[in-house]
Amino acid sequence: MSFWTRHQIFEKNSIILIAGILAVIAIGGLVEITPLFYLKSTIEVVDGVRPYTPLELAGRNVYVREGCYLCHSQMIRPLRDEVERYGHFSLAAESMYDHPFQWGSKRTGPDLARVGAKYSDDWHVTHLTNPRAIVPQSVMPGYPFLAETEVDVATMAAHLSTSRTVGVPYSDDQIANAVADLKAQADPDNAGVDAFTKRYPKAVARNFDGKPGAPTEMDALIAYLQMLGTLVDFKLYNEKANLR
Amino acid sequence: MTQSQTAKSMTLGEAGLAMILAATAFLCLFAAAMALDTAFAFHASLACAASLASVIAIVNRYYERPAALPPQEINGRPNYNLGPIKFSAVMAVFWGIAGFTVGLLIASQLAWPALNFDLPWTSFGRLRPLHTSAVIFAFGGNVLIATSFYVVQKTCRARLAGDLAPWFVVIGYNFFILVAGTGYLLGVTQSKEYAEPEWYADLWLTIVWVTYLLVFLVTLIKRKEPHIFVANWFYLAFIVTIAVLHLGNNPALPVSFLGSKSYIAWGGVQDAMFQWWYGHNAVGFFLTAGFLAIMYYFIPKRAERPIYSYRLSIIHFWALIFLYIWAGPHHLHYTALPDWAQTLGMTFSIMLWMPSWGGMINGLMTLSGAWDKLRTDPVLRMLVVSVAFYGMSTFEGPMMSIKVVNSLSHYTDWTIGHVHSGALGWVGFVSFGALYCMVPWLWNRKGLYSLKLVNWHFWIATIGIVLYISAMWVSGILQGLMWRAYTSLGFLEYSFIETVEAMHPFYIIRAAGGALFLIGALIMAYNLWMTVRVGEVEEPSSAALQPAE
Repeated sequence: MSFWTRHQIFEKNSIILIAGILAVIAIGGLVEITPLFYLKSTIEVVDGVRPYTPLELAGRNVYVREGCYLCHSQMIRPLRDEVERYGHFSLAAESMYDHPFQWGSKRTGPDLARVGAKYSDDWHVTHLTNPRAIVPQSVMPGYPFLAETEVDVATMAAHLSTSRTVGVPYSDDQIANAVADLKAQADPDNAGVDAFTKRYPKAVARNFDGKPGAPTEMDALIAYLQMLGTLVDFKLYNEKANLR
Repeated sequence: MTQSQTAKSMTLGEAGLAMILAATAFLCLFAAAMALDTAFAFHASLACAASLASVIAIVNRYYERPAALPPQEINGRPNYNLGPIKFSAVMAVFWGIAGFTVGLLIASQLAWPALNFDLPWTSFGRLRPLHTSAVIFAFGGNVLIATSFYVVQKTCRARLAGDLAPWFVVIGYNFFILVAGTGYLLGVTQSKEYAEPEWYADLWLTIVWVTYLLVFLVTLIKRKEPHIFVANWFYLAFIVTIAVLHLGNNPALPVSFLGSKSYIAWGGVQDAMFQWWYGHNAVGFFLTAGFLAIMYYFIPKRAERPIYSYRLSIIHFWALIFLYIWAGPHHLHYTALPDWAQTLGMTFSIMLWMPSWGGMINGLMTLSGAWDKLRTDPVLRMLVVSVAFYGMSTFEGPMMSIKVVNSLSHYTDWTIGHVHSGALGWVGFVSFGALYCMVPWLWNRKGLYSLKLVNWHFWIATIGIVLYISAMWVSGILQGLMWRAYTSLGFLEYSFIETVEAMHPFYIIRAAGGALFLIGALIMAYNLWMTVRVGEVEEPSSAALQPAE
């Protein structure tokens, strides 16, 4: 019986055909995806990467909501020009608490993986409100409404505990104090700043949008942008140990 | 009015679906009242209204219909179910024009950023998913559902399985599009490319898609032909694989079951791999396998020639679905994804060139002995040119998946150009061709209102595509080269914004190309509308109703 005759079993039986399809499409996915969950070399061993503070997480949710990833990548490739333009190439460890990942696929605007601490808060406020006020040739939309919108703090603890369920290691303490920490980070005079920085080492409390009053989405987004790529100290990073 | 001998009673499907929908309406009303955010409240209200309208429609249909359900056969001939197909075909045209229009708007925003209007719901970041979802899932999806329901009935010589189920699929799917699309405008998104809809839209799509699979599969099972026709293999692979991909990429945990926001189960590098396993195979199975099914039915039908090689189609089918699934990591070259995965992705992407061109050859060579028809039949020309575009972009794709090429092309407009040579040239043209064939068949017309208008559509759209993709090639390669340009002193030559500025003329050309493509689609809509309105009625029992062999 020739191959072509044998093949008729698929042509004459829809259930066998569907089983064949499932078997054939399963292989590639299983081989490429499953090892990423158990191969230890997948994510580098680094110091400093911590879960987002509540304000940063709220800012990240603004970033996600507005679809920033459609024009900005957060993934520096190990190519000479990229490393010189943006900084050290991105590590898997730097986005291991990102649900969803925001590596992006297009650079209509520059990469943002290490935009943190590159510009002042003031620069970001002006730029987000009207990009062409600072960069005349920019094609980025303006986001003036962020400064007018207060962060929805009511559900913040639920955001942290949901993140914990999907794998971000927030502590009970961090979840219980989500709202207090969010307010403390946006206001350097807040009494809770010390407790906040104890819970999130190296996080900075500032009035990011420069305006008095409750934290706005502008505060949150800038808090997020200003920490991007700043967690790993590459002076201490062991490049050789993580070579793969 | 509907007197009959047998006692009339509601079928289990009618009663069950009406009751489930009534319960859904009640739940949604509750959810709308308790909702944590306005977008969720809006969607819950929409779902409530839609469920109530569906209950009314089901009950109304019951009172209007005769006691017996439509027969499977009339006078020994299958009694084909064309209603849901007509609905989907009309929606395809509607969403196509909506999606192209939004595409033109966002293309213009990149040339003239003032068009973002500084409002949340008109900014590029929210409109871009609206454009991609409207053209891929709304336009493409409706074309696929309509043609698959048509082809599976004709080639199986059997009426579509289910009574309400096919209607549930077409209306439910379009309701998913409505929820997804309005969600993007309101800022409801997972921000996973091509998988933006949030958890509740994803759940709804899962229900609709499983029903779609069942309708298709049961129709195959009750076929009167011994063999399952080639096109149906491709449709089946498309439906099954999309279900697997959707479930694999989208598991998410909502912050509250009364709010729109959720967190995806996967994080970081694993999420990236899942995403592009999904993303690339949305291309492979939605935009390729599904539309290849269209090629395998509509080209032989229109050319009145058999498929060039049956054996080639067997090899084409298995090789394509086996190899495609591996290709995802080529979207992640030089990223933090481990190198072994990138290498696998590249290797399989290059191999994928072969089955892709095998399929192209099978489609083009079907014209053997009928090439003269390209002169006289603009619909066939559209179908054939779509296959040529398929060949071009399936050569370009493997080339771009080579790591050194990708280091230049990635993150630039070259990718956008590549996608559009496939989307406009292949998916767009093969869909237009299928719609031009199918609308007269569905509405029982002798032919199209005007072949001349098809000719205009073809040429205007082709010029639009050429403008679009050449503008993107130039801008993509230009920007890639500018990013890596060094001065003689060893400094980076251009700041980022200088490379943005250099894109401006190409963004205008691209928008012009998109406008031409949209004009072509409007001509098609008018032509199809006139075909239905004033077209000459076809006498029954014609050759056009015979299945392709």
